[in-house]
Amino acid sequence: MPSSAELDALRLSLEVALRSVAFSLPFAVLIAWLLTRARFPGRMLFDAFVHLPLVLPPVAVGYVLLILFGVRGPIGGWLRAHFGIELAFTTAGAALATAVMTFPLLVRAIRLSLENVDRGLEEAARTLGASALDRFVSITLPLMLPGILAGAVTAFSAGLGEFGAVITFASNVPGVTRTLPLALYTAMQSPTGDALALRLALLSFALGLAGLLAAELLVRRVRRLLGP
Amino acid sequence: MLKVAVVRKRPEFTLEASFAAPTPGITAVFGRSGSGKTTLVNMISGLLAPDAGEVRLDDEVLTDSRAGIAVPAERRRIGYVFQDARLFPHLTVAGNLRYGEKRARAAPQVIGFDEVVSLLGLAQLLERRPRQLSGGERQRVSLGRALLSQPRLLLLDEPLASIDAARREEVLPYLEALRDRFAIPMVYVSHQFDEVLRLATHLVLLDGGRMLAEGPVSELSLRPELQSIVGPDLVGAVLEGVVTRVDPEHGSADLSVGRGTVQVSVRGAPVGSRVRLQILARDVILAAQPVQGLSVRNAIASTVTAISNDDYGQVLVRLDVGGETVLARITHHAQKALNLRTGDAVWTLVKAVSTRGHAFRITPAG
Repeated sequence: MPSSAELDALRLSLEVALRSVAFSLPFAVLIAWLLTRARFPGRMLFDAFVHLPLVLPPVAVGYVLLILFGVRGPIGGWLRAHFGIELAFTTAGAALATAVMTFPLLVRAIRLSLENVDRGLEEAARTLGASALDRFVSITLPLMLPGILAGAVTAFSAGLGEFGAVITFASNVPGVTRTLPLALYTAMQSPTGDALALRLALLSFALGLAGLLAAELLVRRVRRLLGP
Repeated sequence: MLKVAVVRKRPEFTLEASFAAPTPGITAVFGRSGSGKTTLVNMISGLLAPDAGEVRLDDEVLTDSRAGIAVPAERRRIGYVFQDARLFPHLTVAGNLRYGEKRARAAPQVIGFDEVVSLLGLAQLLERRPRQLSGGERQRVSLGRALLSQPRLLLLDEPLASIDAARREEVLPYLEALRDRFAIPMVYVSHQFDEVLRLATHLVLLDGGRMLAEGPVSELSLRPELQSIVGPDLVGAVLEGVVTRVDPEHGSADLSVGRGTVQVSVRGAPVGSRVRLQILARDVILAAQPVQGLSVRNAIASTVTAISNDDYGQVLVRLDVGGETVLARITHHAQKALNLRTGDAVWTLVKAVSTRGHAFRITPAG
């Protein structure tokens, strides 16, 4: 039987990953669109900046978040003063750290699908009387759906296991920010935690595999629905 | 009237064209591939902006570079049937058809959904996805989708080019039905002269980005500019006439053309309907005296009005046949043997069979 600590960690991991994807998805679509379709000065630099979390040490990302979103940080302080939102050392903070880390994965997948959308179809929609926003919603977005879904599931699966940025920014609070990888790390530090660590590791393994398979199946299904 | 006068200059290609197309009516933009036909219709549709020039449709200015007017494509109400159909893959056939209809609610509703579905034979396809359609079916759906957007003008960019020759009949009769049923002006891009002959009344000739000529099809059929594009085998005068007698059993009809009658091979053209036919110059035989005992069905007294050497080492003879102009291509030897000169009286012989595939009904059958 799994212990309550394991269930807590599993539930937290799922919650954090889900919240992070839900939060970052609209931004990822917007930024993917900007990077694919818009022409503006500094686009390359912006592109590199978006992809930075892929190459930075996660601890560094967590540290930057702490500086910006900490209780006394410029953004964190403002959020607390105006909305009473606290991010550091909370589940929401863990979700934010996860969102930042998985953001490049999401943007990459969405961008790839946007590049594959036939601009000729948007032209056809134009001659049929559709405005720019109308074309995006009725043609472009539905055709991007496989990429958006694949990106979301991949980001979700990766988010389940985010460690460095979460522990740095949101710390390791049982039941609040102690997600699966953090619980696994904690168990490994304990002299009696071997069995728990193994179970948590296996759980992570199973979740990751299920996530990747789900992404693949979902994409295939949606593709079949949408046609070539 | 659709008035177009546009220039678009690019390092690799310059397009310059200006013409006035009658509305309603079908205007063919004819030329080899790479002559700028698609660029031209894209500028009419508003998908592409000319560097300079104007586009007017029935007194409404759509593009005027000098006045800074450029009505966006989505507000022009100009339907566009693309060469590759461009159906939306995530929608069913019905969804595709409804797409333009929904967005044309403000426009006068001239063309109804059910009418389009029955006219284009789409009833069995409504629930299908575009990928489950044949090339011809795709183009019919694309046509219906454009029609339901209640266009004031319909642009068709080689709608048959991506369909193999044998299946063009899956679309062509529907285009004729469309012409007969609705009075929507059309601009029809093509590089196949038989499509032009069958559908168009007005012709714009493009070559290498330059407009060579424009005018009624029958008039342009006599011009050397057209002949240089279609090649020697498709040179021939285009005539129009009214069917006076039909022989459905043998697929032939008598056509009153000018002051005379011609027997042609045509189907689906009842008495009273108008037929356009092309008499290919290479199929015309000239005789110095009346002939007897020949199988040829048409032997008409005529006068030679001009003789010229063509680009292919042969002789092109222009004839007055009962008030209409007909072209004949003969060899130099034949000209010498007959001692043919301008003003001579000759007999023009045309086999009825040779008009098969070159004669089409152009007015409603009913």
